[in-house]
Amino acid sequence: MPRQREKVQRSVAHYRNGTYKEHMSNLSLSERLEILADAAKYDASCASSGTAKRHSRDGKGLGSTQGMGICHAYAPDGRCISLLKILLTNHCIFDCHYCVNRKSSNVRRARFTSKEVVDLTLNFYRRNYIEGLFLSSGIVKSSSHTMEQMIEVARSLREDHGFRGYIHLKTIPEADPELVERAGLWADRVSINVELPTETGLAKLAPDKDGKQIEGVIARIGDAIAESRDARKRFRHAPRFAPAGQSTQMIVGADEANDSQIIERASHLYNRFQLRRVYYSAFSPIPDASAVLPLKRPPLIREHRLYQSDWLVRFYGFTANEVQQATDADGMLPLDIDPKLAWALGYRERFPVDINRAPREMLLRVPGLGTRAVAAIMQARRCHRLRLDDLSRLTRFISSLRPFIITADWRPTLLIDRLDLRARTTPPRQMELFG
Amino acid sequence: MSVAPAGAGDLHHLTIDRPDDFDGWREQARTMAAAYIPPECIVWSADGRGERDLFGGPGRDLAPIPSSQRSVRANKAFLRLARSVMLHKEPARFALLYKLLLRLQDDPHLMEKVADREAHRLTVMAGHVRRDIHKMRAFVRFRAIKESDGTERYVAWFEPDHHILRANADFFLNRFASQRWSILTPGSCVHWDGKVLTETSGANRNDAPAEDATEDLWRRYYGSIFNPARLKVAMMVKEMPRRYWKNLPEARMIPELIAGAQAREADMVAQGVDTFPEALPARLEEIAQDISLCRRCPIGCNGTRSVPGEGPERARLLIVGEQPGDQEEREGRPFVGPAGQLLDEHLNRAGFDRSLIRVTNAVKHFKFEQRGKRRIHQNPTAGEIDHCRWWLDAERRLVKPDIILALGASAGRALLGRTPSVAKERGRLHPLPDGSSLWLTVHPSFLLRLDGEAQMRERNQFQHDLMQLRAML
Repeated sequence: MPRQREKVQRSVAHYRNGTYKEHMSNLSLSERLEILADAAKYDASCASSGTAKRHSRDGKGLGSTQGMGICHAYAPDGRCISLLKILLTNHCIFDCHYCVNRKSSNVRRARFTSKEVVDLTLNFYRRNYIEGLFLSSGIVKSSSHTMEQMIEVARSLREDHGFRGYIHLKTIPEADPELVERAGLWADRVSINVELPTETGLAKLAPDKDGKQIEGVIARIGDAIAESRDARKRFRHAPRFAPAGQSTQMIVGADEANDSQIIERASHLYNRFQLRRVYYSAFSPIPDASAVLPLKRPPLIREHRLYQSDWLVRFYGFTANEVQQATDADGMLPLDIDPKLAWALGYRERFPVDINRAPREMLLRVPGLGTRAVAAIMQARRCHRLRLDDLSRLTRFISSLRPFIITADWRPTLLIDRLDLRARTTPPRQMELFG
Repeated sequence: MSVAPAGAGDLHHLTIDRPDDFDGWREQARTMAAAYIPPECIVWSADGRGERDLFGGPGRDLAPIPSSQRSVRANKAFLRLARSVMLHKEPARFALLYKLLLRLQDDPHLMEKVADREAHRLTVMAGHVRRDIHKMRAFVRFRAIKESDGTERYVAWFEPDHHILRANADFFLNRFASQRWSILTPGSCVHWDGKVLTETSGANRNDAPAEDATEDLWRRYYGSIFNPARLKVAMMVKEMPRRYWKNLPEARMIPELIAGAQAREADMVAQGVDTFPEALPARLEEIAQDISLCRRCPIGCNGTRSVPGEGPERARLLIVGEQPGDQEEREGRPFVGPAGQLLDEHLNRAGFDRSLIRVTNAVKHFKFEQRGKRRIHQNPTAGEIDHCRWWLDAERRLVKPDIILALGASAGRALLGRTPSVAKERGRLHPLPDGSSLWLTVHPSFLLRLDGEAQMRERNQFQHDLMQLRAML
C-alpha cells in the first residue's frame, strides 16, 4: 500500500508539473474500472425506466428496453445496480468542494478510452449484468472536449454496435449547447446536476459552476425534448430526443439549505422544466474531503424524507406548498414520521375520511394508503360497501389507518383528537442507524 | 390429492400436459364448467413434474366426458389472472382457478371485487409469479463459452420459484436475438441458436459453465460502486433475497463488503478530520518549536527539518512561499536557496527593505523524491496544504500583516481555501476575512525553470507585480 501510494503521488506530481503523459495508462482495465466506478458512486440515479420500447428480435444489434427498468443487482448500500455507472475520467479542471474528483483532491486518477467503455458495456450487457450505461465524466481540457468524448461513446454503441439498451449521459453544462443537443439524440436520458439547492451554496461550494448557466441548459434540453415529442406526432420517423426525459441531482446536507427550500427548488425544477426526476444525494464523507465541508455521516433518513415528499408531489396530488406545511419552524421535515403523516397530524379536521365515499384525492391523503391501495379501494367499493376486513386485504397495515378512516363497520370516535395520536401512529424508533 | 379411489364414477381425473399449459387447462375447464361439474369432483394434475396423481391413474379422465350444456364465459380480467396463476408452483392452482371460473358464471362482476377472499388469493399468487418473472430477468447471469465452430454461446443456470421459463423466453429473445444463448433450469431448458428456440428437459448446475473471466470485472465494479458510508443491508436483502445469491457471481463479495464497510468509512472520515488542538500558539517561537513536532500529514513524517518563518514579529508585508526546498531544509531557514536569491534580487529592484518583511511557507516541511543523491522537489497536495494552513493562520494572527504576498498557487490555496489560477487572478487585491489583503503572483522557482525570452517576459511581469505591490505599501 505505501508503495502504491507513493507511485500515485508521483504520478500526481508529474501531472501537476506538466510532464504528465498518460502515466495512468499502465493501470490495468480492472484497476481503472475500480477507480472510475468508485468515483461515480456519488450519483444517486440508476434508473433505466420510462424510455421508448425497443428490441433486437430481428437479430441485428443488441438489447431491448421496456417501460419498466430492471435492477440487476443490489449493493449493500441498498441501492439498485441497473446500469454500468462510471466516469470516462476522474481528472477534472474544476474545484467543487463536495466532489471527490475536484482538481485539488488527492484521489487516484484514471481514464478510459471510449472504446474501452463501449466494450465494457457490451460485455456486461451480453451477460445480463446491466440494462445499459450511465456515463459521466470529470472535465479534461475543456467542457466541450469532454462532452465530445462522451457523445462518441454513445454514438459508437448505437451506430457501430446497434446497441438498443439504455444510455444515460450526464451532460456538462459548460459545454457547447450544440453538443448537449447531440447527446440527446443518442441517449435515453440526459441529466445535469444542479448540485446544490441554493445559489449561495453553489457559489460557496462549487466556485467554478454557474447556476444560471445550469438552468439555461436544463431549459434548452427541455425544449428539445418537447420539440421532438411534437415532431413525432406529425412525422413518425422524426428523431427521438432523450425519450426517457431529463433528471437532475441535488446534494443534501453539504450546505445550510433546509428541507423547505429544497422542496421549493425541486418544485420549481419540475414545473418549469418538466424534469422526470429530481434525485437527492445525502452528502457522504468523501476521501480527501475539502476543509470547507462538514465531515459526518450522511443524513440518510433526511434524504429518505425528501424522497417521500417528492413522491407526495408527483403521485399524491400534494402541492409543494402543502408539503412545506409539514415542516417545522426551521423548515425541516420531521425525521421520526413521514411527511404525509406529519401533514395529516397538522390538518386533523380533514379526517376521518370515509373509505366508501371520499374522492380519490382525499383517499390519497390518508397516511398509510398508497396509490395502489387507493386504486383497489376505488374498484372494490363500486361493488359493495367496504368493511375493515375487506380493507385488510387491500392494504398492508390496517392498524395505523384506523384513526384516519371510516368504513362500514368502523368509525374512530375521539381518536383523531387525541393528543397522543402522533405517538400512537409513529412507528417504533429504529436503533441509531443514522447518526 | 383426492381420497377417492381412482376410477370412481363421478370423479374426473384431468391431466394438464405441462405445468404451465394454460390452453390445456382452459379446454378442460371449459368442458367441465359447461357441464356444471362441481370443483370437488375434479382432480387436476400436471404431467412431467411429479405432480401426477399418486394413485397411478392413467392420467386421462375416467368418468365419461360430459357433453356441453351451457356456454362458458370468462372476461379479460379473469383470463389475464389465470394465465399468470397457471405459472405458479402451487398444485392447487388448477382447482382454485376452476372454482373462480364457476363463480364467475353466476357473478359477472366477480373480478371487480378485489377484496373477495378467493379472488384476492389468486391475485396474490399472480403477484408471486410476476415478481419471479421480474427477478429472473434481473438475476440470470450468462457465462460465455466457445462452441466447436468458434462462435460464442452464452449459458446461464437459473432456479426459478415458479414455472416461468417458457413465459419469460420471449424477453430474452427480444434482448439477445443476435447472440446464441441457453438458459438451464431444473425444470426445463431453452436454447436459442440464432434462428429457432428449442426446449430440452431439466438440467443441473454442473451442466452450466463454472466461470467466466468477465465476472472478475463485474465483481470489481460491484465492490466499487457500493458506498460504504451508507450501509442498508435490509433494503438489499428485501430486493435481492438470499435464495438467489448462490447463482449471482457478485453475491459472494457481500459478506466481505459489509464487514469492511465500517473500516472503509472510518478511513474516509479519518483522512479529512482535523486533529489540531483548540488553542492557537501565542508566540512565534512556539510555532517554530511545535512545527518541528507536527506529524499531521505525510510530509511531517518524512524526517526532514521543519522550517519556520523568518523576519520581524510584526510586519506590514508577509510573503508566503510554497514549502522549503533542499537548501532551506539544510539551513532551517526560508528562501535561502536559488529561488530565494532570485526573490531577493527582485525585491531589491522594486525598492523593498527585506529586513521589514516576514517570509514564511504554506507548508513547513520539505517534500521530495530521492533520485540518486539528489532530492527532487515535489509539490504538496491540496490536503497537505490544507492541513498545514493551521500553522500559517496562527502565524498570520501574530504577525498581523496588512498585505500578504502569495507566491504561486499552493501559497494561494493556503490563504484562499481554494486553488486559485495565478494567471487569471494575479495583479489584483483579494480581501481576506481577517481584514488583510492578498496579492498573488508566481513563485520565483517558476522563473528559474524558464529560459530565454519566456524567462525575460515572466521576470518582467513578476517585477511589475512587485512594483505595484510596493506602491500600495
